[in-house]
Amino acid sequence: MLSVITFLPLLVCAVLLLWPRALGDRAYVWVWIVTAAVDLALVVTVWAGFDQTGGTQYQQRVRWIPSAGVSYHVGVDGLSLPLVALTCLLFLAVAVYSLKERRRVRSYVCLFLFLQTVGLGLFVALDLILFFVFFDLSIVGMFFVIAGWGHGERARAAALKFFLYTFIGSLALLLGFIGLYLAAAPHTFDIVDLTSSNPLAGRGLYAGLVLLAIGVGLAVKTPTVPFHTWLPPAHTDAPAAGSAILAGILLKMGTYGFVRIAMPLLPGSWRHYALVVVVVGAVSVVYGALVALAQTDFKRMIAYTSVNHMGYIVLAVGAAGSLAGSDAQARSLAVTGAVTQMVSHGLITGALFLLSGVLYDRGRTYAIDAYSGLAAHTPRFAGITAVAAFASLGIPGFSGFIAEFQIFTGSLASQAIATAIAVTGILITAALFLRALRTMFLGVPRLPRTIPAGGISDLSGTEAVPTVALMAVALVIGIAPRWLLDVIEPASRTLTGLVAR
Amino acid sequence: MSALVWLLTGLPLGAGAVLGVTGTRCNRLVPVLGTAVALVTFGVACAAAVARPAASAPLFAGMRAGLAVDGLSAVMVVTVAAVTTAVLAFAAGEFAQDENRGRFFGLMLLFAGSMLVTVTATTLPLLLMAWEAMGATSWALIGYWWRQPERAYAADVAFLTTRTADLGLYLAAGAAMAGGVGSLRLDLLPRAASPWLHLITAGVVVAALGKSAQLPFSFWLSRAMQGPSPVSALLHSATMVAAGAYLLLRLHPLLAATSWAGPLVAWAGALTALALGVVAVAQRDLKQLLAASTSAQIGFMVLAAGSGGVAAGTTQLVAHAATKSGLFVAAGAWLTALGTKQLPALRGAARRYRLVGAAFTVSALTLAGLPPLSLWAAKDEVLAAAGGESTALYAVGLAAAAVAAVYSIKGLWYVTRSLPDDPESGYDTERHGTRNIARTTPAPLLALTFAAAVLGVLALPGPASWLKRLVGSPGEPSPQPWELALSAGVAFASAALAWREATHPASVPRTVVRWTQGWLHLERAAQAVVVRPVMGLARALAVFDDRVVDGAVRQTARGGLAAARLAGRVDDGGIDAAVSAVAAGVRGLGRWARRPQTGLLHQYYAQAAVGFAVLVLIILLVR
Repeated sequence: MLSVITFLPLLVCAVLLLWPRALGDRAYVWVWIVTAAVDLALVVTVWAGFDQTGGTQYQQRVRWIPSAGVSYHVGVDGLSLPLVALTCLLFLAVAVYSLKERRRVRSYVCLFLFLQTVGLGLFVALDLILFFVFFDLSIVGMFFVIAGWGHGERARAAALKFFLYTFIGSLALLLGFIGLYLAAAPHTFDIVDLTSSNPLAGRGLYAGLVLLAIGVGLAVKTPTVPFHTWLPPAHTDAPAAGSAILAGILLKMGTYGFVRIAMPLLPGSWRHYALVVVVVGAVSVVYGALVALAQTDFKRMIAYTSVNHMGYIVLAVGAAGSLAGSDAQARSLAVTGAVTQMVSHGLITGALFLLSGVLYDRGRTYAIDAYSGLAAHTPRFAGITAVAAFASLGIPGFSGFIAEFQIFTGSLASQAIATAIAVTGILITAALFLRALRTMFLGVPRLPRTIPAGGISDLSGTEAVPTVALMAVALVIGIAPRWLLDVIEPASRTLTGLVAR
Repeated sequence: MSALVWLLTGLPLGAGAVLGVTGTRCNRLVPVLGTAVALVTFGVACAAAVARPAASAPLFAGMRAGLAVDGLSAVMVVTVAAVTTAVLAFAAGEFAQDENRGRFFGLMLLFAGSMLVTVTATTLPLLLMAWEAMGATSWALIGYWWRQPERAYAADVAFLTTRTADLGLYLAAGAAMAGGVGSLRLDLLPRAASPWLHLITAGVVVAALGKSAQLPFSFWLSRAMQGPSPVSALLHSATMVAAGAYLLLRLHPLLAATSWAGPLVAWAGALTALALGVVAVAQRDLKQLLAASTSAQIGFMVLAAGSGGVAAGTTQLVAHAATKSGLFVAAGAWLTALGTKQLPALRGAARRYRLVGAAFTVSALTLAGLPPLSLWAAKDEVLAAAGGESTALYAVGLAAAAVAAVYSIKGLWYVTRSLPDDPESGYDTERHGTRNIARTTPAPLLALTFAAAVLGVLALPGPASWLKRLVGSPGEPSPQPWELALSAGVAFASAALAWREATHPASVPRTVVRWTQGWLHLERAAQAVVVRPVMGLARALAVFDDRVVDGAVRQTARGGLAAARLAGRVDDGGIDAAVSAVAAGVRGLGRWARRPQTGLLHQYYAQAAVGFAVLVLIILLVR
């Protein structure tokens, strides 16, 4: 079942490439929309059949490279299922948004179908090499999206920077994986086996170095300060759909790696170096928010808020490794908050990046100062952007609050000072979003000169449907989160138990 | 039974969300619908106050989202729903045909619904959710006329200031978890282990002081005046600012569990009541005067909460809610009719519109604390509680009561003057006045004024002890007869003084006027101490990020390229050059070796002879 979900987009991609006759632009996108919808429906059936207390389910294990201890091993648990669902939902939203794409549509659709397989494959992978393959392929796919459909010459430079920087990260990750492989007896890359055998228990420096390699690899992808500087140019110059996927799915590959690999496979080192993780998280929160506050470019500002939002996750997973002063409930709450934040950030920031694409489409610039009083011309666009901005700054009623409240409440017991510092992040993000909203949408209407004399049009259907749908899901999670938390919480408890052993 | 409390909170929230998205499409119908929803909510609130429903649902691991109507909540839900109904009925006539009424009425219902959740929540997560949602809707309401930049800016100031204080509640939640109260139930918070107990208390106190516009957060309330009049009428009375006071009253056991929190809160309230009262006296704008007086009057509730007077604070809250919403409705009606809220321009307004003027007069006299009106009795309940704590608190509170009489009478003096010769010259400074009072104004105004006048019955011995039992604080002190007489005397004396002072103004040092008119320059201080340093830091970090962090990355990349070039040079100039040199050497040797190959026999003979000679020589030498 999981393999079908994972490889369906790739199969459709192959069919589209081999199809003898050229189709219309919209036909390609419709094929993509149908594929994404079918995939989402399949995930919904998986969710419906998921036993919340049953651990890892829908497992499938096939021999792949037995001599090297590598197998094709997939499965989902409470940590990965929400992200699998998020991937399908976000790709569907992006597919609908892409109905207006007119440039080399077949390649564009194929690239995104490929990226969907890569994203899904990574979240269901239970083998380190399988995980690594998808981790690396995501960089390849996104490189072509940014370089091919981004904003001109700068996009190619940004794509190159993105590729090289994150590629170095994945090399570090591979080094760490090999370190784990060599320590295990018998040698294996299987995540389930490595989790149960805990091969690096009591291995001191060696375990620390393996954690360092894996941690750096994941920190580059997440990204955390100071490994984040590939993110702003990649986002700013990527097409809106690419940015949404980059922020919504690719960044989660880093944070998901912490809860799937770093914490359960290296529990001893994780506890030992938890303070380092917490400090990196708190610094990312405040630093990301402050740098975002100083931005004058709307999309770049949102990119930096991603650093801030990912910082909360890193803070929470670090706090979940600090046993002193906290009980199991607090640590499990922090992990649940972290996973909720992954989903929430994908929904909200995905929507914000799609909306920034609308902004660029109308005014050909992201400069905040170039606009004023847009709400007079585009009330729907202003309204949905304001809702998304408030959701992103963590207002209750949307998923961001559900995530951040759990993170703060779960982390304060063991890491009081870092958490108290990190809490100021929600105030700084409030300030920066309100300032951007006020400058661009409120006040006296004034448009940039780049807008043609015909004026500016409000959100079209293909722009409104995906953004409203994403915000609607964020709203449902914000008001009635139990259906999501019921899936995550057992897995969080298992994970905190694994870390504490 | 539990359905009642879900209905109480869900009805305004759900209806508000629906009305909010209708926009201008149902502009005619929306005011009626909005008021009807508020009226039904009021009915549900009354039923809930009698039936005392409770309900809860799971929210997070080990934490539930609990709603319950107990004694204190019963008083609050009825107050909130009643004031909301009155204000929405008034608001129905306040907007032009083409304005987005759906957004306004929807947001007002969401705002009031959030307050209803706040006052019925039994667990901290749910309270915080409603608390922050109320802040967000207040942003949208204050900035309702968003085309004017200063109003949008005012909304930002109000939201950011209150959210700064709200961080306290986030910390309190974490501290409660750390202190062993994993359920985060409000009634269990006082049982948290030390030192977390102190952090919980500090967080709650900061959040409450911020929401209630107490010192040093008061300035946001001045900015909040940029919203439409009905927003002021609701925000200043039963919601938003009242939420902070409510939280302190609700969590009074928490304040009592630490030795420092009660006195701190009491003094913060007393000093706000005095200082913001003086600020109110200095204002020349009616809505600003009323705004400062809100801070001051809420100060009495905070003072009560800090001194253990839960029933006293509740009485003050209810009486003030009716009084202040009535005053804002009157001020709003004049603003709509005359286009101004400047006190000098409003001379004679009460004579021009006599019904509004009469209502304003009653409410202003109530605000002044004159007997037998409600706030006189309520304030004495508060002062009795404060006097039980310390005489100094009582004295400051009494002084604040005197100041309250002064600012109330000042406002009243202006509007009851006879109309000047050319009243029109002062009008229409804010907007174009309609010169008439909307048909929807009188009914809610009279209802609120009536409530303001008579709610003092809550302080009569019988009702007072009923209220004390209701809010679960039966042992609270009641004012002695001499205290009632003293405060009545002080109120009358100050009122008389204020009237005389208004007729024959004395000169006041200009610095004092500047400071008090400018709300003690609190906003300027916040700008200088918090906003500008943070913005400076943000800009510096952005440069740092670009030049240093990303610079290091770029340098690394450049270093990689330089290393590659170096390797290229070493490869070309070193290894490959050596290979070439070897080849060249071999080629040279080859050339040399070819030289003798001339093809001329005599030369070969000569070479052979020379070679032979050399061989002979070597053999001879070696041997």
